Amino acid sequence: MCTGRIDLAFILRAFSNGADGVFIGGCWPGECHYITEGNYLALSGMHLCRKLLELVGVNPERLRLDWISASEGNRFAEVLNDFSKKLKELGPLGKGEGVSEKGLKSKLEAVTKLIPYIKLVERERMRVPVKSEGEYNKFFTSDEFDRLFKELIVEKLEISQIMNLLREKPRSTGEISEILGISPSEISRYVNDSARQGLVRFDERQNLIAAAM
Amino acid sequence: MEKESVEGRFVNHAEDKNFGDVMVVGGGISGIQASLDLAETGFKVYLVDKSPAIGGKMSQLDKTFPTNDCSMCIESPKFIECDRHPNIEILTYTEVDRVEGEAGDFKVTLIKKPRYVKEDKCTGCTTCVEHCPVNVPDPFNQDLSHNKAIHIYFSQAVPLITYVDPEACLYFKDEKCNICVGVCKNEAIDLNQREEKVEIEVGAIILSPGYEIFDPKVRGDYGYGKFENVVTSLDFERLLCSTGPYEGEILRPSDLKHPHNIAWIQCVGSRQILEGGNSYCSGVCCAYTQKQVILTKDHDAEAKATIFHNDIRSFGKDFERFYQRTENLPGVRFIRSYVSIGKEIPETKNVTIRYATSEDGVKEEEFDLVVLSVGLNPPDKVEELANKYGIELNAHKFCGTNPENPIETTRPGIFVSGAFQGPIDIPESVMTASGADALCSQLLAYRRGKLAKERTYPPEKDVSGERPRVGVFVCHCGANIGRVVDVPSVVEYASTLPNVVHAQESLFACSTDNAQQIADTIKEKGLNRVVVAACTPRTHEPLFRDTLREGGINPYFFEMANIREHCSWVHSREAKDATEKAKGIVRMSIARTGLLEPLQEFELPVDKRGVVVGGGPAGMTSALSLADQGFEVYLVEKEPDLGGMARRLYFTLEGLDVQAYLGDLIRRVYRNSSIHVYTDAAITEASGYVGNFTTKLTTEGMAREIKHGITIIATGAEEYRPTEHLYGEDDRVLTSVELGEQIAKGEERVINASSLVMIQCVGCRNEDRNYCSRVCCSHSVKNALKLKELNPEMNITIIYRDMRTYGFKEDYYREAADKGVKFIRYEPDDKPEVETAEEEGKPILRVTVSDPILGQRLALNADLLTLAAAVIPSPTTNEIARLFKVTLNPDGFFQEAHVKLRPVDFGADGVFLCGTAHYPKHLTETISQAYGAAGRAATILTKDSVVASGAICEVNENDCVSCGACISVCTYGAIEFHDTPKGKKARVNPILCKGDGLCNSRCPTGAISLKHFTDDEVFSQIDAALPALEAEAALIDIQPMNKAKIAA
Repeated sequence: MCTGRIDLAFILRAFSNGADGVFIGGCWPGECHYITEGNYLALSGMHLCRKLLELVGVNPERLRLDWISASEGNRFAEVLNDFSKKLKELGPLGKGEGVSEKGLKSKLEAVTKLIPYIKLVERERMRVPVKSEGEYNKFFTSDEFDRLFKELIVEKLEISQIMNLLREKPRSTGEISEILGISPSEISRYVNDSARQGLVRFDERQNLIAAAM
Repeated sequence: MEKESVEGRFVNHAEDKNFGDVMVVGGGISGIQASLDLAETGFKVYLVDKSPAIGGKMSQLDKTFPTNDCSMCIESPKFIECDRHPNIEILTYTEVDRVEGEAGDFKVTLIKKPRYVKEDKCTGCTTCVEHCPVNVPDPFNQDLSHNKAIHIYFSQAVPLITYVDPEACLYFKDEKCNICVGVCKNEAIDLNQREEKVEIEVGAIILSPGYEIFDPKVRGDYGYGKFENVVTSLDFERLLCSTGPYEGEILRPSDLKHPHNIAWIQCVGSRQILEGGNSYCSGVCCAYTQKQVILTKDHDAEAKATIFHNDIRSFGKDFERFYQRTENLPGVRFIRSYVSIGKEIPETKNVTIRYATSEDGVKEEEFDLVVLSVGLNPPDKVEELANKYGIELNAHKFCGTNPENPIETTRPGIFVSGAFQGPIDIPESVMTASGADALCSQLLAYRRGKLAKERTYPPEKDVSGERPRVGVFVCHCGANIGRVVDVPSVVEYASTLPNVVHAQESLFACSTDNAQQIADTIKEKGLNRVVVAACTPRTHEPLFRDTLREGGINPYFFEMANIREHCSWVHSREAKDATEKAKGIVRMSIARTGLLEPLQEFELPVDKRGVVVGGGPAGMTSALSLADQGFEVYLVEKEPDLGGMARRLYFTLEGLDVQAYLGDLIRRVYRNSSIHVYTDAAITEASGYVGNFTTKLTTEGMAREIKHGITIIATGAEEYRPTEHLYGEDDRVLTSVELGEQIAKGEERVINASSLVMIQCVGCRNEDRNYCSRVCCSHSVKNALKLKELNPEMNITIIYRDMRTYGFKEDYYREAADKGVKFIRYEPDDKPEVETAEEEGKPILRVTVSDPILGQRLALNADLLTLAAAVIPSPTTNEIARLFKVTLNPDGFFQEAHVKLRPVDFGADGVFLCGTAHYPKHLTETISQAYGAAGRAATILTKDSVVASGAICEVNENDCVSCGACISVCTYGAIEFHDTPKGKKARVNPILCKGDGLCNSRCPTGAISLKHFTDDEVFSQIDAALPALEAEAALIDIQPMNKAKIAA
């Protein structure tokens, strides 16, 4: 098993379970023990996951990836001690960010549901052609990536989060806006789109929106 | 699956119990490797060791350079392999008395010394040891600590049986004490045991008696034996070791306090022509000292280390970086100086050392502890040994060998492996062992498999309908785990967890008897899952999986919790937290085992032909050895002629006529009907897997396709073309190889030159190539000696950084100095400079260099200048690596599977490595390694099938949406679309799949999954590591560090 085997879902599950941080240790680029260089997949996964964490209100520094070879015991200890120190500074998950436990969990669940879609998007639009750490870091900090992320993932995620809330019970636009921190006008836009696709319906009488059965 | 029961574990084909194929004498790492390779190749082996247990010197070492792997941890799995191998019979505490007969038919008389313990009765429980009233110095710990008069040689010993030291035992004094006999519940102790004669018949003998360390006590060198705080490097090795006298605390002998200021003295007993010393270089001491310094700094970051040395001989693969790593540690000084011991300070027992440097003159400095880096001597009573076997010794009393085949002794049918060849390190001991296996296999090919036995297992129980019944075994690893982690409390905790029906402690879960006990418990308690909380699966998982098979359940129902590396070792100062973390890890493993599925391993047929890539001495030697072992070989060479780099070499330091040797080798290759030679060849495609490779190539313009079971890569290396020192601009500047060629051709301007300067380390030991090319110092000495022979008046100066004439080559360095060759050392930041000039109207080359002794710049006038140019990887290396899917090291040489114990294997199964493609080396070393590669390759070719892992990927076609995400990340090409009634679906070729699992993490629908590491199995571990928030309060407070889930 390779670091590239690490699924976004594994990381999110750990945060959902209340982990204060997740650390991924991989083989150095160019020192793949297979021939597949899956550590680059781990690297892009890490960048993408950090962005997703940021989106749901988790400090992205709670996820860290470092290259440590099997013979670098000292480096492993240094990196982990440093990461523990960082996590102590950040405080417990959620509290450090000032986000409610319930809100966080629901948001993480929404992201988890979206993983199959994110995997497709990642493959179609976010693969870096050149296997070099520099190129990867450049791409994932570029405006281009920000734009793609916003266009392809953020909107989907917000819709997914709204749908999650509506599946619990019918809610008003204001209520949704308050829970998710998305502006009422954005919510109206998403809801109208979804209504056209037959995913939600309006309860005109109570002025509530409900998930279509 | 075989239907035999475990009681009849070995199916015995042998008619006569005392009839074998090969006797291996000496159970150190070399003897062990030779035995395992022979056994795997289908020969019955007697492994004879005079010690109470196998393991040799390597078992006494703490770590191994340059990777600092734990020595015992990598060696002990091999003990167990030997012990469990049906074709190996281990005879410990046994000496060889007489050898008669000839190659193919030796009669050997062995003497089994009395252990005073019945081997078949003793369980290794050590109750007798506890009760024995007599303390004796412990030989395994270099007499630094005590053991009892009855004891087990060391904790991981194979066989794990006690023995009595009759010198110390009270019974042998006055027959008063026999407590041990009384306390032994198994009636295993027999104080009246006598020595026993055993006669065996074998076809060949491998001598691997190893070496003795130089004993500084004999001459009282450096106060050893007189001053308490002067120890040998082997003593220090035990002090460093967690199984050593102070459980890994470095305490000095005089007051058992931590020494903070330690000195190492190099070349003790080596590189001396004084009476009682050895003239040769022991070859390993520079690197092992650096290892000891790094480990000392790991134990105590504030410690100061001073190394008094002559040349630093970091000539091995990755040694140069290891040296730099040591040198760059804070508080570490390397001082180039001869030293003498001053005095012992009476109050502190500190020891002073006098030394001299060119900057400061003579100084005397005080140290808390002095370590003598002792060299390697021939084995004890070596003349007697030589007489017994009828073999000759060399001038240094190591084994006399043939330069064309350094694994042959002077007596046919008797081979040598390991340090009895001369002072060599572990990888070379291992490769010569595999080489000795190859030579025995050539000799005895006709009888291979006739005496071999197969291991059988009880039928595998189908547990699919059962709910999980987990057994947990928590290992103390002697004191390795137990002294930090509270093992009983981990056991108690584990027994409260869901599905656990049995939990217990083990002293050494991996010892033969404990492993047997696990197998028995599986049957008795109906376990269907097993968790062993011990060390790393990297070394021990195969053993425990095998244990499950012996218990009658699928080996993939096993899970290992690493509570040594992850707990006791890293948190040695936080026992409580380490214990909690261990509980957490065990909880994760138990959760995971509930979801494990039984997996089947594949048996793949083996194509019994081999391909050897590269037609130099390495490739030709391997090919010939394989052919003589009975296999068909394709030898592929890119040039129109065979010979490789050796075509440009004419003589060796030891006097071998390389061209005559090479001509003979080439003739033998062409005459061998089992070898097909393809010259002018280029490999275009290589596919397949162990046992079933397909290689496509063009040879002399024609396309060919070869099917084969193994590949040996022997693509060699080249000489660097210097850009330094006017090379290529002035025809009086040559490389060492060019000089050798011109000497051989009798070039007059070379032979009649009045002055010649050689500059060493051109193109390596620098930023571009951070390695030592190993051979150049000896090459320069070789050329210098040859020229001195032809023209004694010639002025020859060698400008060097460190003269690395290791091993017996040191004698030639001394000879060159005696014959007037001048040696001037330079520093890398003050390199020699070369310019053209005129002297008395004659054009000359002027070399200027700083002389460190005189402290001034010297100008040397030379008629000729030679550059000891680096050995660099062959230009085809990258392409070959890509084709055969093998890896390169940072210097561009091929990377073996394990630096110490798998020096000729690649990580990719079925592909092997030898010669200078691995790293620069001398011709004799190349020949040894080539036999080694052939020996390893034969372990596959002799089998009818090989087994592939069950932990591979699998597609659920119903969920596959044909997106191709899996195919795009599988560099192994293991996944392809195939047509189904529902359209194209992905399918995994289980043989090509290596189980990295990238496809699994990329599949959007979860259709493809990596067996043994499925999503659910991983989730179960995450959930067990971090129980959901609400449940957390109820569980133990896990430290934040432990919460950070460590992946990969």
